[in-house]
Amino acid sequence: MTKLVQWLWVLAILGSTWVALTTGALGLELPLSCQEVLWPLPAYMLVSAGCYALDTVGCHVATFHDCEDATRKLQSQIQEAQADLARSGLRF
Amino acid sequence: MASLEVSRSPLSSRRELEVRSTRQDKYSVLLPTYNERENLPLIVWLLVKSFSESGINYEIIIIDDGSPDGTKDVAEQLEKIYGSDRILLRPREKKLGLGTAYIHGMKHATGNYIIIMDADLSHHPKFVPEFIRKQKEGNFDIVSGTRYKGNGGVYGWDLKRKIISRGANFLTQILLRPGASDLTGSFRLYRKEVLEKLIEKCVSKGYVFQMEMIVRARQLNYTIGEVPISFVDRVYGESKLGGNEIVSFLRGLLTLFATT
Repeated sequence: MTKLVQWLWVLAILGSTWVALTTGALGLELPLSCQEVLWPLPAYMLVSAGCYALDTVGCHVATFHDCEDATRKLQSQIQEAQADLARSGLRF
Repeated sequence: MASLEVSRSPLSSRRELEVRSTRQDKYSVLLPTYNERENLPLIVWLLVKSFSESGINYEIIIIDDGSPDGTKDVAEQLEKIYGSDRILLRPREKKLGLGTAYIHGMKHATGNYIIIMDADLSHHPKFVPEFIRKQKEGNFDIVSGTRYKGNGGVYGWDLKRKIISRGANFLTQILLRPGASDLTGSFRLYRKEVLEKLIEKCVSKGYVFQMEMIVRARQLNYTIGEVPISFVDRVYGESKLGGNEIVSFLRGLLTLFATT
């Protein structure tokens, strides 16, 4: 099963459950408070998902490690390498 | 190994690695190059240093795609300096794809493990012994360098580049759930037979090729270990990440989403 098909399945199951519950297709009489929550649920989930995405990416960008140390070490190693290779006869 | 303590001094690390690497283990580094006349000697020097200090058996296979800047000449000089048993030159006539460069290189590789990395010094050879150690530790089929976990990171990226990178990675994780934190990275260690199998199965190019390798590896139930690496981008200043690349990345991602 491809990832796309997995997603479609999950969305289909959740979607049909929601439709069944909100339209009373199953013959269930849900109390009004439940119905009030259920009705906007998809929109609410979408917004939450968007917020989660922004939050995660934001956190990851903020904590993205800047390897200053590695860069400095690399620079000094480059010089060391160039000197050593020149000694071994490399013509750059 | 008698002692259970893991000491971090170079001498004990070397002994640890020598004992763990059986005499038969040999590591082939594939270096596809295009216009790397300046960087090639440096990366070879760093690789030789890392391998020698850790007592690891290795070879470096340089696959130059007819670079006009004379990379091949420099490669020939390096072969003279370090020996043709350590430096193998397997050039090609013109610039062909990365996948075919790996296939070409592997035909001549005598190692049982293959290391792929960039030749422009964005990947530092000092991580190679760490990859090897990690592979032994978990008996992994693949060890992937990650910029996004542990103390992995990047140097030389501005905010915009970081946002794009993290955003793309987030999307990839959500859609593909790949079980590896850095999918577009190209600093990896593979068992030779694993790499052969994966290249056979992969159809994409560029960034997406690297992603597809990991996704296919998961499909085939190969085990993947990760090592945090530092990625020093000295090239980014010259070439921006264009709209074209972003579009082709998204297209590739959606293709993988729909077909794997």
